[in-house]
Amino acid sequence: MHVLELRNVVKEFPGQRAVDGVTLALERGGFYSLLGPSGCGKTTTLRMVGGFEKPSSGDVFLNGERVNERKPYERNVSTVFQSYALFPHLTALGNVEFGLRERGVAGRRELAMNALELVKLSARAQRFPAALSGGEKQRVALARSLVLEPQLLLLDEPLAALDPDLRKQMRAELKAMQRQTGITFLLVTHDQEEALSLSDKLAVMNSGRIEQFGTPEDVYLRPASAFVAGFLGAVNWFGDAGVRPEATRIARERPAEGPSRRASVASVVFLGNRVHVHMALDEGGRAVAELPRAQDQFREGDAVWLHWNAADEMRFP
Amino acid sequence: MKRHALGIYAACILAFLHAPLAILILFSFNAGRFTIWEGFSTRWYTAALNDPQLTEGLLNSLIIAGVAAVLSTLIGTLAAYGMWRRNAPWLSGMLYLSLVTPEVVTGVSLLALCQWAFRFLHLRLGMHTVIVAHVAFSIAYVTIVVAARLRNYDRSLEEAAMDLGAGEWRAFTRVTLPSIAPAVAAAGLLALVVSFDDYVITSLVAGVDSETLPMVIYAMARRGVSPVVNAVSSLIVVAFGALILLSERLQER
Amino acid sequence: MNLRRIFLFPARVWMALFFAAPLAIVCGYSFLTRGEYGGVEQPWTFENFTRLADPLYLAILWRSVRIAALATGLCVALGFPLALFIARAGKRRNLYLQLVLLPFWTSFLVRTYAWLFILRDTGLVNTVLQSLHIIDAPLQLLYNEGAVLAGLVYNFLPFFVLPMYATLERLDPALLEAAADLGARPLATLRRVIIPVSMPGIVAGAVLVFIPCLGAYLTPDLLGGGKTVMLGNLVQNQFTTARDWPFGSAASLVLMLASALLLAGLMRSRVRKELM
Repeated sequence: MHVLELRNVVKEFPGQRAVDGVTLALERGGFYSLLGPSGCGKTTTLRMVGGFEKPSSGDVFLNGERVNERKPYERNVSTVFQSYALFPHLTALGNVEFGLRERGVAGRRELAMNALELVKLSARAQRFPAALSGGEKQRVALARSLVLEPQLLLLDEPLAALDPDLRKQMRAELKAMQRQTGITFLLVTHDQEEALSLSDKLAVMNSGRIEQFGTPEDVYLRPASAFVAGFLGAVNWFGDAGVRPEATRIARERPAEGPSRRASVASVVFLGNRVHVHMALDEGGRAVAELPRAQDQFREGDAVWLHWNAADEMRFP
Repeated sequence: MKRHALGIYAACILAFLHAPLAILILFSFNAGRFTIWEGFSTRWYTAALNDPQLTEGLLNSLIIAGVAAVLSTLIGTLAAYGMWRRNAPWLSGMLYLSLVTPEVVTGVSLLALCQWAFRFLHLRLGMHTVIVAHVAFSIAYVTIVVAARLRNYDRSLEEAAMDLGAGEWRAFTRVTLPSIAPAVAAAGLLALVVSFDDYVITSLVAGVDSETLPMVIYAMARRGVSPVVNAVSSLIVVAFGALILLSERLQER
Repeated sequence: MNLRRIFLFPARVWMALFFAAPLAIVCGYSFLTRGEYGGVEQPWTFENFTRLADPLYLAILWRSVRIAALATGLCVALGFPLALFIARAGKRRNLYLQLVLLPFWTSFLVRTYAWLFILRDTGLVNTVLQSLHIIDAPLQLLYNEGAVLAGLVYNFLPFFVLPMYATLERLDPALLEAAADLGARPLATLRRVIIPVSMPGIVAGAVLVFIPCLGAYLTPDLLGGGKTVMLGNLVQNQFTTARDWPFGSAASLVLMLASALLLAGLMRSRVRKELM
């Protein structure tokens, strides 16, 4: 039985269809993501799973039960909000205990402290949210939801408000936490790197629909549509074929076999451990090749040959 | 379910807030004297308009409120502008205090002042003392309204004017004042209403020949419920309501 | 900055002359003695204040505090749900706010008089009850504490609803969703999240009601008859009928001090943010 199943879920707001027929099934214990640009409907979908919006049509099933009419407090699903939504009048510990108190669970102090230890924040248990940093607030929000051992944990762009370094660190911790607790995670993000690095499977959304649901490799190497290809990474278009910059190579002479094109180097951008070579194709159009730094010997104005393996081409009907 | 319960409750409370006035207005059209409905009539309005005490009180109130409103609007607007440029803690403190001080205390303190004025300057109680008192407690109201408008006002407009050659005074009169004019008018209307309605302070500092309308109404109410008072009250409710609505419209501009 | 000084000058002078100076005079008078013909003269004394400790006057002080506290409590209890309703009303918010404010902007005297009209022996309530034969003789609804309470709550309810609404309006809706997400039903959310988080606003609103109720004059005068004497009535009485200005000044000072202290406490505390 799937822990979450969405069957043709639609959500309409006055003037627009935010979610336009989404069908999805998640297996227990996995780390899933909803990836897409802002306005694609991913947050609305998440909110329908959490119970904060009601589907206009279609069904939401949690563990096989239809829950369309159920309120958030009637679902065994917990949400980590983008703004964390920590209760300002309670300490970190008080926040984590909140759901347990609501259920009347005995020994909640201990359970709450364990949860705080899991997120490595037990030292700050008595602090109020106002005295916590962004990263710390996020951990409290996580602990608060995890302590209730939900069937499904929903995360709404949890890393968006953090500094880049902190983000990388938190990513690793999130992944570890999911493995450790075994709880199914569903994360919403617009950051493709995040979705790719964290998910067992991810759904790429566009204009209220899911364009592809697959593993990170599937989605990156074998995108189902031009949109997915473009959203997951850069693409060089040669007619109908798309080729990733890292699969695009440059040579001084025309290679003996395989597709190739003439071009001249427009600029070379140094990015630390790699180099982006921007080229203008003789036939018109532009392309970018990503090369390891060691190969940086091209200068502006050089005439070169672009080439790639036919196997690396992405084509769409 | 709870949403409806809250809505019903809100409706009840709002009804509670409006019912007494609605009842008053309704019964001002009662042909009978008391609370037994005897038919629709405007006789009490006619009686009210023909009552010499009431008309004199109305006249006094209008004069006092008019003069006081003009003065307090002037003083208060200038003060709000001055405090907007830079804080004036003592003045703000006094203004806040004047809003919080019980009217009785303001009234008796002004009475004490008037007594001094009488002893040393032979100044008697009369319309002038009432006007002075009214200005004193109205300034705070005017300042609040104008200050609220100034908070949303773009300082750089004055700076632009000065950059183009206008001195501080001209920048104020040619640029800022026209811009905040609706708020100033709104404040003036507010001062008018507040002054017109005052009973406590007025009764303490008015002389024998400067009875205001509230004072007349109070005396009549003390003697017992008079349907004439119902009629006058209804007129006041409508007039004040209209003035305040106008004032709020102006503040929205 | 010269212009600014000029602009502030009229207000400074007016308030100094006609607000601060009179209060200073009253301050001074409270330490003097009543003259034979009702004037004010030396010697300087504390007697006026000690006189306030007399059981008769203590009763008045206590009654004022009690009635003001009751009125405040009622305003909070009645006004909070209303403020909550308006905060949730979406587009119609302003309409409801107007409805709450409208009676407030009519004459205070008229509003108090309306209650007179309703509660009298020959007033609306009694007439209706009698005509329905629920009672035979008119009920004494007026000239008691209950009537004064009704009048005070009626007049000052908006003083609480408005700041309370402002506070509730700023409440982060994500907090409510989080509470529901964690299992709290609407009433639990109200009790465990909404009320604690908006408590500073509740306190601020309560103080804004308590202070004018403490110094009420017109309401106890008209609706309480001569029987429900509050501090405000005492002050007015001493300055007019009784002609004991020093004593009246002492009572005024006590009233002023109480109000000022409450307000100062409010301003200094965390609650201050709610009023800004």
